[in-house]
Amino acid sequence: MTLHILVLLRMVPDVVEELNLAADGRALAPESVRMILNESDDHALEQALLLKESHGGTVTVLALEAEGVDDALVVALAKGADEAIKITDTEGHVSTRHAASILAQVIEQEPGLRAADLILTGVQAPGDLDAPLSPVLARRLRLPHLGVVSRLYLDCPGRVVTAIREYPGGMRGEFEVGLPAVFGIQAAEKPPRCVPLAGLCAAMKGQRIRCIPSAVAAERGAPQPRIVEMRRPRPPGHAEMLTGSHEMVSLRLREILKARGLLRGGP
Amino acid sequence: MAGSVFVLAEQWNGRLSEITYEALALGREVADQLLAPLEVVLLGHHARQLARSLGGAGAVLYLDHPLLAEPVPEVCAQALAPLIQARAPRCVLVPSTIVSPGIGALLADQLAIPSVDHCRDLRVVDRGYEATCLLFGGKIEAVVKVERSPAVFGIRPGARPQKAARTKWAPLIEDLTTRLLEVPPVRLRRYVPAQGWDVDITQKDVLVSVGRGIQGRDNLPLAERLAKALGGAVCGSRIMADQGWLPLSRQIGSSGATVKPKLYVAVGISGAPEHVVGMRHSGLVIAINTDARAPIFDYAHYGVVADALELLPVFTEAIESGRNQGRGVGRHASSPGATTMGDKAATADTPSGGRSWRSTSS
Repeated sequence: MTLHILVLLRMVPDVVEELNLAADGRALAPESVRMILNESDDHALEQALLLKESHGGTVTVLALEAEGVDDALVVALAKGADEAIKITDTEGHVSTRHAASILAQVIEQEPGLRAADLILTGVQAPGDLDAPLSPVLARRLRLPHLGVVSRLYLDCPGRVVTAIREYPGGMRGEFEVGLPAVFGIQAAEKPPRCVPLAGLCAAMKGQRIRCIPSAVAAERGAPQPRIVEMRRPRPPGHAEMLTGSHEMVSLRLREILKARGLLRGGP
Repeated sequence: MAGSVFVLAEQWNGRLSEITYEALALGREVADQLLAPLEVVLLGHHARQLARSLGGAGAVLYLDHPLLAEPVPEVCAQALAPLIQARAPRCVLVPSTIVSPGIGALLADQLAIPSVDHCRDLRVVDRGYEATCLLFGGKIEAVVKVERSPAVFGIRPGARPQKAARTKWAPLIEDLTTRLLEVPPVRLRRYVPAQGWDVDITQKDVLVSVGRGIQGRDNLPLAERLAKALGGAVCGSRIMADQGWLPLSRQIGSSGATVKPKLYVAVGISGAPEHVVGMRHSGLVIAINTDARAPIFDYAHYGVVADALELLPVFTEAIESGRNQGRGVGRHASSPGATTMGDKAATADTPSGGRSWRSTSS
């Protein structure tokens, strides 16, 4: 059995950066947003590459058109993916359920993608308003699904995966999933690898990104939730902010801890 | 009973999660606004006794099936869809946690109805509902309008205090049957309890918790030294475990530990909802972050906008020097009446030491 793994990548705003709102207050200001590869998608890619290294086979990365996506696909190729595909003409921002429709249609229409044994993607993206991607995609493809996965053990002849899924409090669940299947990856076995410069140069030189136009119109069946306002959260409370030099702040914190009996020598 | 508000209970591993009662409390508000009954849907197998604590609702609809023993989202959605079609609730509130992610989305997708996830609030407005959702790591709140009923809303932990829904009233329990596929798409073999934990951070009174702002494993000793000075332990956010900088046993949040220490020092942690859910009940929270708008400051008692790598050595020095002053002369000269954290542990539980903490097996 030649293992074929499909990894779905999405570009998302970098939430580590400051996020500003657009003038209409209903979206993020595009000019202030730095788009990056969704962190858990990066883990999904890493998990796919680890499986490929252990069992052989191929890894294909598939992404919707978005700012910066070409770079992400090239980096994926440099890391070891065999093929990169970009879906174009996706009518700008799409909801996660609509994204699932587009991806499912492309996967079903492309023989090479339809034959995937495993479809991996991140368990969530920071802007998923209506749904996480992986369970909806699996439903559209009529495939089994498991989310919040942090380990995959493959039994190729049996076409069965033992998947370890996370639960609260450090609990893990051991699941048996028949292939083909879709997995929402929480974390790969190892941190996502760095890109070797030589590999990046080679991937950039090759420019092996294949484009497939989307043929899925916006969904008309279910009215989509409508964002009427975006704002900074109204907090349940806010910290008393301490200002001054590091020495002044540190002494103030020490006094606070001391007053509460949280220091040796407190009252 | 048509036109009620449904709340899906979250049961796994033989117990109900706190989110069940939090969603139930929010569901009560929505039901009252609609002048509609409130009903809880409980899925399980031999789990009927769990329904007794759900008196915050008017009734509990209990579906018992072997395949519902544990919450596999696809199976749960399969069980729920015909119930919703038959009972036509006004809206459905489902827990938005890592236990059963996607139940709401699957249900909505199957029934072609709207779904909104990550809701921290929900209210009835003209011609529909208005949900307030936390997005982008908790940095942005989206107000979302849904103008169709029924709709499915994923409710975040902490949306309401759970005590509002804990009553001593015995609910009316309606036993229902359901038909499910005999071969589930995925099968749970077993739960694997957390193993090999070097330190039980849930039992620590003082935690120094580090996040992305610590920038690398090489900087962990800064946090360890502070933890040692305070007599506590080092823990961290999800990124720390994912990068192998801390063991999984030190992870705080939705897929890690939930802690309630007397002191929680958040170092370089932004305060994403997935993290906050694990530390929101801490006694005193001090947050250090370079971003003045970081959500962690909304949950902290005291905050400092600073580079943690610069502040930590100074803060630690202040603690150490203050402790020495407090001791006066002699090693054990602190006040007899003082209840101090430092007395409980002479040294910090330090997780670093130059090796990766990613476990190789679960």
